[in-house]
Amino acid sequence: MPAGRTVEAMMLGKLDWSAIPFDQPIPLIAGAMVLVGILAVLTWVVVKDHLPYLWHEWITSVDHKRIGVMYILLASVMLLRGGSDAIMMRIQQAVAYQSQGYLPPEHYNQIFSAHGTIMIFFVAMPFVIGLMNLVVPLQLGVRDVAFPTLNSVGFWLTSTGALLVNVSLVVGEFARTGWLAFPPLSGLTYSPGVGVDYYAWSLQISGVGTLVAGINLVTTVLKLRTKGMNYLRMPMFCWTTLASNLLIVAAFPILTATLAMLLLDRYLGFHFFTNEAGGNVMMFMNLIWAWGHPEVYILVLPAFGIYSEVVSTFSGKPLFGYRSMVLATMAICVISFMVWLHHFFTMGAGPDVNAIFGIASMIIAVPTGVKIYNWLFTMYGGRIRFATPMLWSVGFMVTFIIGGLTGVLVAVPPADFMLHNSMFLVAHFHNVIIGGVLFGAFAGFEYWFPKAFGFRLDERWGKVAFWFTFIGFYVTFMPLYVVGMLGMTRRLQHYDVAAWRPWMMVAAIGMLLLSIGVLAQVMQLVVSIRNREALRDRTGDPWDGRSLEWATSSPPPVFNFAFSPDVRGEDAYWAMKWRAKVQQLEDHPGPEYQDIEMPRNSPTGFVCAFFATVMGFALIWHIWWMVILGGLGAFATFVVFAWRDHDEYVIPAAEVERIDRINIEERRSLVSMAGAA
Amino acid sequence: MNLLDPQGPVALANSTILVDSVFIMLTIVVPTIIAILAFAFWFRASNPRAHYDPGFVYSGRVEMVVWAIPALTVILLGGVAWIGSHQLDPTAPVPGTGSPVRIQAVSLDWKWLFIYPDQRIATVNSLTVPAGAELNFQLTSSSVMNVFFIPQLGSMIYTMNGMVTRLNLRADNEGKLQGLSAHFSGDGFPEMMFDVNVISPLAFPDWVATTAKSDAVLNEDSYKKLMQQGVERGRPTYRLDDPRLFDLIATQHIPPGPGPELISNAGRPHSGGHDAR
Repeated sequence: MPAGRTVEAMMLGKLDWSAIPFDQPIPLIAGAMVLVGILAVLTWVVVKDHLPYLWHEWITSVDHKRIGVMYILLASVMLLRGGSDAIMMRIQQAVAYQSQGYLPPEHYNQIFSAHGTIMIFFVAMPFVIGLMNLVVPLQLGVRDVAFPTLNSVGFWLTSTGALLVNVSLVVGEFARTGWLAFPPLSGLTYSPGVGVDYYAWSLQISGVGTLVAGINLVTTVLKLRTKGMNYLRMPMFCWTTLASNLLIVAAFPILTATLAMLLLDRYLGFHFFTNEAGGNVMMFMNLIWAWGHPEVYILVLPAFGIYSEVVSTFSGKPLFGYRSMVLATMAICVISFMVWLHHFFTMGAGPDVNAIFGIASMIIAVPTGVKIYNWLFTMYGGRIRFATPMLWSVGFMVTFIIGGLTGVLVAVPPADFMLHNSMFLVAHFHNVIIGGVLFGAFAGFEYWFPKAFGFRLDERWGKVAFWFTFIGFYVTFMPLYVVGMLGMTRRLQHYDVAAWRPWMMVAAIGMLLLSIGVLAQVMQLVVSIRNREALRDRTGDPWDGRSLEWATSSPPPVFNFAFSPDVRGEDAYWAMKWRAKVQQLEDHPGPEYQDIEMPRNSPTGFVCAFFATVMGFALIWHIWWMVILGGLGAFATFVVFAWRDHDEYVIPAAEVERIDRINIEERRSLVSMAGAA
Repeated sequence: MNLLDPQGPVALANSTILVDSVFIMLTIVVPTIIAILAFAFWFRASNPRAHYDPGFVYSGRVEMVVWAIPALTVILLGGVAWIGSHQLDPTAPVPGTGSPVRIQAVSLDWKWLFIYPDQRIATVNSLTVPAGAELNFQLTSSSVMNVFFIPQLGSMIYTMNGMVTRLNLRADNEGKLQGLSAHFSGDGFPEMMFDVNVISPLAFPDWVATTAKSDAVLNEDSYKKLMQQGVERGRPTYRLDDPRLFDLIATQHIPPGPGPELISNAGRPHSGGHDAR
């Protein structure tokens, strides 16, 4: 090897010009468009001098509300990316009958791998974590989460993962192994490229972010509740947040360890999951699903919490069977760890093992069914307002039951022997993830948007979005159930079976409807921002809400509550409103306003994530000096933060009073207007 | 490949359980969906005849019923799962007429090799079996994981390198079926479809005799050529040189298949740019 090449290899590792896919127009054009988009936004930000605002108010913010909003923004952007992948897949399978379609296998395989990875890790996860961040401290009546700076670190590390996945579009390739990268296919022998490394390092870095978010939220719920907020007075969303984050804390280390073993195989020649030298691929299957199955409930439990809040609010009734719901939530939390084997009944585990895991999986359907019935009886005797969040909730209840049915079906081992890895399974998990998690995320988005931004979203566009998504879902995924029954397996880049063709065409049309649904949601945002003055939420309580987030202004002041609320029962804010009505609205007799200490902004998260990005990229391309640089940088950032002198600042009592008075006046004027009318 | 058109006893039992389970659940799911829609419609805020009862937040009787309904369903289905898992265990015998046929299946990148050790023949991407006889499959993989699946005969099973899984099936009716791999195994994965020819038990010995006259011989050397990554569009047949070939593969005496050839660091076949090696 000539000396020049050695230096180059030291400087750039495996990276060279062949990493850029000049011969593949689709990723190149997509990448170029994204790059142009990013540059355009950056230019606009710099030219308009928004950079200081962005830096001080958002990027370095440790305010849980701001971080929640950024999580949701990340999820929304990645939803568009993952959605584009979905559109490409559905078109490919519609046209690739007795032909190669328009995507060669090496590209198609990256697309379905990226689609799954993105939708789970960078859409569903940040969306629910964002909503929990935004809402839970408000519902608990507290001023912030337990570890505000750690919260920011968690968010930025998640963004690092998302960034690396997108970098793989233009520099190198993404994994071609499916979203769980099963070895030996994902081992070095069969996947020598950088795709699996992109996959694994993205998830390792964002996994750390998720873990700290989990620790933070568990601690927040356990330790930071306002006066009188007993566990059994917490809103249901706080309970599901607790359950979901307990699962994160328990399950994500398994993912980290599993991927670490895979990476040791790939980087240092270990043999955890290789064919040779005693490696065991079944071990990977078990480990990845020991994380993977709880992950499903990490996603869906917060969504269950959102539905509980929405159904109760829009029915004008407390949640039916609250304690039963708490029990069901915690039961799901525990049992979800005991069912992972149902993902591979067909590996030949033997009848006793299969049957036990099959039955355990069915048992989860019991608390889940109870939840459905309790929402049903919450509606019974209610006065239901069909605002957009409620539409998503009713749409969810109907859709999720069907997904539950097919889920219990594949939990019956002999049925799974025919349906495992089929399009039927694909339809099933989209049925529960779209119908459960995504509908819930959208319901929460519509429901809490006024709280976050101070104005409501346009109802008409919201309903258009709902109906297109709802119908689009059925048109897309019911055909996949059918082709699954016709023996079609998942991840086929092309096929020769005539019977599948018409159904794939229908599914592609459904995808079109779903895309219109997403576009309608974008339109809704645009229209609402334009009409924000007309949609202004001046009271802070646009839906006649029941829990404490509605007791403060929209958007809430940085300190959330001027006085810590005193909670005397379930549905704390609803009770306050009743007391206020009975006593008439008096002048605030409360105690004197006091100074409030809030955590200072910190660039720790952003800087840490910057170095993590450098390190992740360097690890993927074997650029060792850069790995060391990134590692040292991240460590130094942490040291600097640990040695900080001032971590809080004081908001003077007068300022607190001024801000609080505005809200009180607004509320009073609206109440008296309502009284006059 | 319709799962509801079974061509053997295993598929028949599988699909029966599948359909029965769906109907058991539908008896609860359908009324629940109707109730959701009915409650949502009746208790709409604009309906003056609906009774507003914000105090209806707990009822022991309702709770009893809503826990009992899914619990009873699951007890019923759990019984189905327990019995079904045992009766339809992939290794459970499936008695048939005549003597059983032993078939050793190996998933290669990206084709299926079927070895008939007793008949001393082997085929690629085409499986020929006599109707009515018990089929004893032993399965392994030359490289990555795959799943062996003939939808109309029932039960699928994984193939893994260095391991042997077992599956017993029976095909009852003569005809042509299709099989495939149900676990993604790389770029050539869609080409892993294979033909299943179910012929009469009387014709089977003739077919074996014809195949045994094949010029091509399957031994360690030709197997190593076959396991290179690539797609096989034909339906080659072989005389089997060593009936222990399958054991040599499964015990890794023949090492696992190699991965892709010449590729760039980025994982793409080289095109443009300079060689990074």
